[in-house]
Amino acid sequence: MTLLDRIPPLKHALQHLSSIVWLLVETFQETMENVLIGRPPFRLSIFFQQTDRAGVGSIPLVALVSFFLGLTMALLTGYQLRTFGTERLVPGLVAVGFTRELGPLLTGIMLAARIGAAYTAELGTMTVAEEVEAIEAMGIGPLRFLVSPRILAVILVTPCLVVVSNIAALTGGLIISRWQLNISPPYFLQLVKESVQNRDIIAGIVKSLLFGLIISLVACYKGLTVRGGAAGVGDATTSSVVTAITVVIGFDTLANIILVALYD
Amino acid sequence: MTDTPPIVEMSHVRLAFGQKTILRDLSLTVAPRERLVIMGQSGGGKSTTLRLILGILRPVSGSVKFKGEEVSQMSRQTLNRMRRRIGMVYQYSALISSLSVRDNLALPLEELTDKSEKEIDTIVNEKLGMVGMEETRDYMPAELSGGMRKRIGLARALVLDPELILFDEPSAGLDPVVSSVIDELIIALTEKTNATSIIVTHEMDSAFRVATRMAMIYQGKIIEEDRPERFRESSDPVVSQFVEGRTEGPIATQS
Repeated sequence: MTLLDRIPPLKHALQHLSSIVWLLVETFQETMENVLIGRPPFRLSIFFQQTDRAGVGSIPLVALVSFFLGLTMALLTGYQLRTFGTERLVPGLVAVGFTRELGPLLTGIMLAARIGAAYTAELGTMTVAEEVEAIEAMGIGPLRFLVSPRILAVILVTPCLVVVSNIAALTGGLIISRWQLNISPPYFLQLVKESVQNRDIIAGIVKSLLFGLIISLVACYKGLTVRGGAAGVGDATTSSVVTAITVVIGFDTLANIILVALYD
Repeated sequence: MTDTPPIVEMSHVRLAFGQKTILRDLSLTVAPRERLVIMGQSGGGKSTTLRLILGILRPVSGSVKFKGEEVSQMSRQTLNRMRRRIGMVYQYSALISSLSVRDNLALPLEELTDKSEKEIDTIVNEKLGMVGMEETRDYMPAELSGGMRKRIGLARALVLDPELILFDEPSAGLDPVVSSVIDELIIALTEKTNATSIIVTHEMDSAFRVATRMAMIYQGKIIEEDRPERFRESSDPVVSQFVEGRTEGPIATQS
């Protein structure tokens, strides 16, 4: 009995991890094979459909949640910092906090819940109904046809949604700063500019690209490996959201450790 | 049997999922232009045999050849090229639910050929005409009955003019009249297109109607293969019990 056999959850997790990596490699290979024979990698219409669904469709939710969180963050930090007369630090706190950390993390969690669940349910239903197998049986690579456009769409829209999240959070912070802390909007923006550095923006973008990859990959993997009919689709959808959120938070922590070691 | 090389040749195929063995020692040869019906119990490995031919499943041991080429040793690109020469009709049709009937039929043409939209529309209309479903062109799969979906599934399997058509339970879940219509379509279309077909079923009426040859899978291997008229008079106790649908006999029944 190996060490892994003694710890079944670890063995299980490693099996899933290797399968997810394998899915990514196979998807890439299948897509590139089509490109090499001079055909488009996937249907552009599916790609744009997915960017619209994951990107445009997520703007209201991401903006609203980020706005409220930016507002709350400014309110609570302002309330504490006013005691020391340092409330002018609030704009910088909100700006750096969101650009580097909360923007990507919040967007990641919301995309996992909204789009990850949708992708798993959709691909899971197709798997159960043998639609995915039918695509494979026709000689059309199902990974290229179904997975590639979804992964690319989510990777590309996540940084855009992070920008939306940051702007919404700063708007919330600006409103609180104006009405509670007597910081005028122009001064608020000036303090934001002074606080945010390029490395914060780069860290946020790198993280969001990574989160987009994780969410879409986990969602597609869970959908394509559904077993057991309608109940299986339900279980896979729940598992997809839980796994994606956990992995996103895990990778966020890891990215923070690496970034702090690199920059600070 | 003719002297022409077989379309499909399976020899000593063994397939297992974990501890569960599905096929033990299956050997089967399919000659060009024949309509081979594979019969057997539910869960006996009939549909699995079709998936082995398509290369969706790979055997643990043994050989599966399509026109002399070993399927399990094909690269992904070769496998996809082979699959374009095979049409598969699924038990529940497996039409892409988010695409209209027209788009379902056009899918393989758009993805695998360089045909123009006009040419694709012509082929789609022609294939829909062959199964008598021209009026459903703009319908979504959810708007169609089971029999209509089967016909569309058959039309989709025909769009690339396959040499081999695989049917997984074509009559399952259909009323006797629609079932006969599907059987007649299978006969008419395979004769018209000169395609070879393998039909997996456990519906005896349907099996005897369409088959030019029959084979029976039992306990993971082919126990008998012969012409339909001889099959009906088989002295094998398993075959005769299955054909007559008796509960008494060597086939274990689970109620």
